[in-house]
Amino acid sequence: MISGLLVFAQAGGQEAVDKFANATSSGIALGAIYALLALGLVLIYKATQVLNFAHGALAALGAFFAAYLATVINFPGRYVTFLPTTMQWILSALVAVLITAVVGLVLERLAIRPMIGEPLFSVVMITIALDIVIRTITDDFIGSSPRPLGDPWGADVVNIGPAIVAKTEIATLLVTIICLVGIALFFRTRYGVAMRATAFDQEAAMAQGISAGRIFAMAWAIGAGLAAVAGIFSSMFPRASIGVSGGTAFFAFRALPAIVIGGLDSITGAVVGGFIVGLVETYAGVYLTGATWSFLGLGFSGVMPYLVMLVVLLIRPYGLFGTEEIRRV
Amino acid sequence: MRTRPRLFVSYASEMSLLPTWTQKIAALVFLGVLVAIPFGIIPGLGFLADNDWLKILSRVAIYAIGALGLHILSGLAGQVSLGHAFFVGIGAYTAAVLGGEVGKGVWGLGLPIWVWLPAAGIVAAVIGALIAPTAVRVRGIYLAIVTLGLVFIGEWIFRSVAFITGGSQAGRKLPRFEFRIWKEEMPLVDFTTDGTWFGVEMTSEAKTYLLMLAFIIVAVIIAKNIQRTRVGRAFMAIRDRDIAAEVMGVAEARNKLVAFALSSAFAGVTGALLGAFIGRLVPETFSLLMSIQFVAILLIGGLGTVTGTLLGSAFVIILPRLVQDFTGLLASTVETGTGFFASVAGIFVSTGIDDPGIISTLPGTSPGLNVAQFNVLLYGLLLIGFLIFEPLGLYGIWIRIRNYWKSWPFTY
Repeated sequence: MISGLLVFAQAGGQEAVDKFANATSSGIALGAIYALLALGLVLIYKATQVLNFAHGALAALGAFFAAYLATVINFPGRYVTFLPTTMQWILSALVAVLITAVVGLVLERLAIRPMIGEPLFSVVMITIALDIVIRTITDDFIGSSPRPLGDPWGADVVNIGPAIVAKTEIATLLVTIICLVGIALFFRTRYGVAMRATAFDQEAAMAQGISAGRIFAMAWAIGAGLAAVAGIFSSMFPRASIGVSGGTAFFAFRALPAIVIGGLDSITGAVVGGFIVGLVETYAGVYLTGATWSFLGLGFSGVMPYLVMLVVLLIRPYGLFGTEEIRRV
Repeated sequence: MRTRPRLFVSYASEMSLLPTWTQKIAALVFLGVLVAIPFGIIPGLGFLADNDWLKILSRVAIYAIGALGLHILSGLAGQVSLGHAFFVGIGAYTAAVLGGEVGKGVWGLGLPIWVWLPAAGIVAAVIGALIAPTAVRVRGIYLAIVTLGLVFIGEWIFRSVAFITGGSQAGRKLPRFEFRIWKEEMPLVDFTTDGTWFGVEMTSEAKTYLLMLAFIIVAVIIAKNIQRTRVGRAFMAIRDRDIAAEVMGVAEARNKLVAFALSSAFAGVTGALLGAFIGRLVPETFSLLMSIQFVAILLIGGLGTVTGTLLGSAFVIILPRLVQDFTGLLASTVETGTGFFASVAGIFVSTGIDDPGIISTLPGTSPGLNVAQFNVLLYGLLLIGFLIFEPLGLYGIWIRIRNYWKSWPFTY
């Protein structure tokens, strides 16, 4: 589809090709972040039937941890000074992801586990309440001005064909692919199979000796870790020029259309939906601007994912890859 | 036999608004207290006659109307909605266009309150009915996300139509609480200036409070009546088991549409009242936060009961004020007081850079949250606490207290 569009864009001359290539590359990079967020959301949803509205807050918290570890206390960089600075930063980011995963574990234990069997409305609301609490604390941690992440790439760009691509965008895409492969491999391990079994039929899985509670905790830890990864990349150039701020937490709300487009319980759907949302949002931001489109007003590209979501839901109420719920009397 | 309180000899008496004499008397006394509050004649509640408190109580009434709308949709029909703020916004801006004055680049027709207030409800209901077919197709968590999307799309629409809303961050003026027959110079009844009513000196806050009280009483009666008539029972049947309800002849899609329309109508009226009450609104008011507030009211109060909705409204709206008073008290205790209380308060309050604590009295310089942040944090924690420990909300607590005294002194 993209190559077809490229041919179409070539009719408009070199300038149009550059514009299109740039939009596509940054759309893919944005889509990668959405895919990471969506992956975490779907993982948690599949395993525990809870949609985590606190995902954005966890992302911001993870990004804050990364900024704090890398720029303020230089942990673990100061113990491994023999490594290059890029490696030191990656280690800091990894530690931040681990801490956020532990936060996810704690949240699951304290707030989500007692809610098993409660009505949907209450469970939705408890994750929203968690979002409020974590966001407030994170905002206080961050302080009044955005915190730079201190990442080694900064605002560097490279030319790939006609497109100018930021190094951070390449890193985003690489890390997303690593995470996707990691999740795919994880599902083949002993614990991954247990998680899939629990998602498929909780009671049957428990009858086979799988501890559903442990699976829940694991899903939340992995989900929170993925949120932190996405949060780190969404606080970098070109998403945020300065660093992690209060706005980082709101970023994740645009990943919700991604998982609905893909279908709430489909990992493939999450990734596809993430890239669709990223591309649509970037194209809307690039092409629907200027005097002709001024009637659309401010921030139309941010609404675009929701409009696409509504259209998809009208055609397929359970998303592109979601399984239809079987209703019994 | 007459004296048995819960013995009903006919279906009509069981379904009546206030089935027992105790309830009738209690409701009457409560109503009397509410009416008497602005005159400051009730011992112990005199502080509520203060203008600040009257404003808070008016706000409780305004939010309670919207919460009753969400109660119909979520509590009775069982549809999770995070999009209530959108309909509140529709109502507010309908009122703004119909009742507001022409201002800097904004429309306004300057019509009287009896036009813009019902119109706010009707327009919101129509838009609710238009959106309902999409919402009816999806269920459960998908519906939550769709309605969430509605808030984001709505916020964008409100920001974009600057000729109606005044545009992002700027906002516009809204109509005032004045009763006119048509567009005459002097309003017939004016709720926004101090003056005398029937020989009693009244502040504008007291007047507004009494007006809001009248509205919330009407709204409660409407909501109660919806609940105990055919349409309300249809909603509850859909909530409890949708397919079973359909098998019994309750049209699912149509009733859900009616629920959406009714709920939006309440939300629209709340928007109009809120706009007139605050006087100036920016499009950012109708954000996800407002939707969450309504859902919080329902869940803290107790899902599915009118009493719970009212209790929840009072709790959620009054809480920030109580927290503010409490933190102010803590801070002053730390600064001026000595002894046990001051040292306990000192643990929580941070007064300088080196002083750790949860609440900061010098935002920006000392660690800890400022009062507004602490408020939000407490709100979130309370919500979590209620959901985990008291799923039935304040209403559940009330039921427990009532049952305890019913069987007192026996503890079976």
